[in-house]
Amino acid sequence: MHYSLCDSILDLFQNSVEANSKTIIMDFFQNPKSLFVNIKDDGKGMDQKTLDRVQDPFYTDGIKHKHRKVGLGIPFLIQTTEMTNGYFSLKSEKGVGTELNISFNLEHWDTPPIGNIVDMLISAMSFDGDYEFIFNREDEQRNLNYTVTRSDLIDALGDLSQVTNMILLKEFIESQELDN
Amino acid sequence: MAKMTLAQLKALRDETKKDIDRRDTEGKDVMIVVGMGTCGIAAGAKDAISSFIDEIKEHDLTNVTIKQTGCMGLCHSEPTVDVKAPGMPDTIYGNVTAELAKEIIVKHVIGKELISKHVLDRPASDIMKEQN
Repeated sequence: MHYSLCDSILDLFQNSVEANSKTIIMDFFQNPKSLFVNIKDDGKGMDQKTLDRVQDPFYTDGIKHKHRKVGLGIPFLIQTTEMTNGYFSLKSEKGVGTELNISFNLEHWDTPPIGNIVDMLISAMSFDGDYEFIFNREDEQRNLNYTVTRSDLIDALGDLSQVTNMILLKEFIESQELDN
Repeated sequence: MAKMTLAQLKALRDETKKDIDRRDTEGKDVMIVVGMGTCGIAAGAKDAISSFIDEIKEHDLTNVTIKQTGCMGLCHSEPTVDVKAPGMPDTIYGNVTAELAKEIIVKHVIGKELISKHVLDRPASDIMKEQN
């Protein structure tokens, strides 16, 4: 499985970008017991047969790598949630989009650490492509609550793959993560 | 430090841009491409990107772009990074830890020196564009 929950979430988020989504909404809500993550996109979606098969580590769409026989994003998520009493549900409709709902159990010994939210966001904001990304964050214990939107960041900064802009993006997100 | 607003972010960007526009950066663009497939992320590609950003800030470089791509077909050597810098051959580095990312900026991008033991010769055959 992935080293941190943020790595796993970024991996799943990248599927939404690659599915040519126009809008991706991620809720990232945590309390001391659980981390709830919901990723909803309006990308190309999957039919029921594909939806069943993506849960198999020995399945991949064969488009990215013709000779590959593995696809590990979703299987890693299944492994993490199954072994730590977490939960996930994956719903999709071809041509409409996909929604992934996850609850990570933060009280289980074997749950990986949450990881670095700032780095995850910088990466998720700066993939190539013309997609909107809305990130809603809540941390009950820290009384933290904010939303960042990719189009607002592009309006303020311009090209998010330019490192001078990424440096400012990092400062901005770090400041949102400060305690109120 | 207080929470930054979008207006403050934009003002900061305008200030930085003025400073950048004063420098002569034409023809000196550097592009760093990081593989962000499941394999890259699992091996720490996110940490490598963060380290690149910090080191570029440290050396005050203004003409660098970081692109993220999917798996480059070199899962055995992730995180993999493709570096295109003027005066240097296009180079793919493997096993790019946060430490090595710093070294790439200092030695390869600034010092124009290859870090030989981490160079991978070429992308895996199944992702190479067909050559005629």
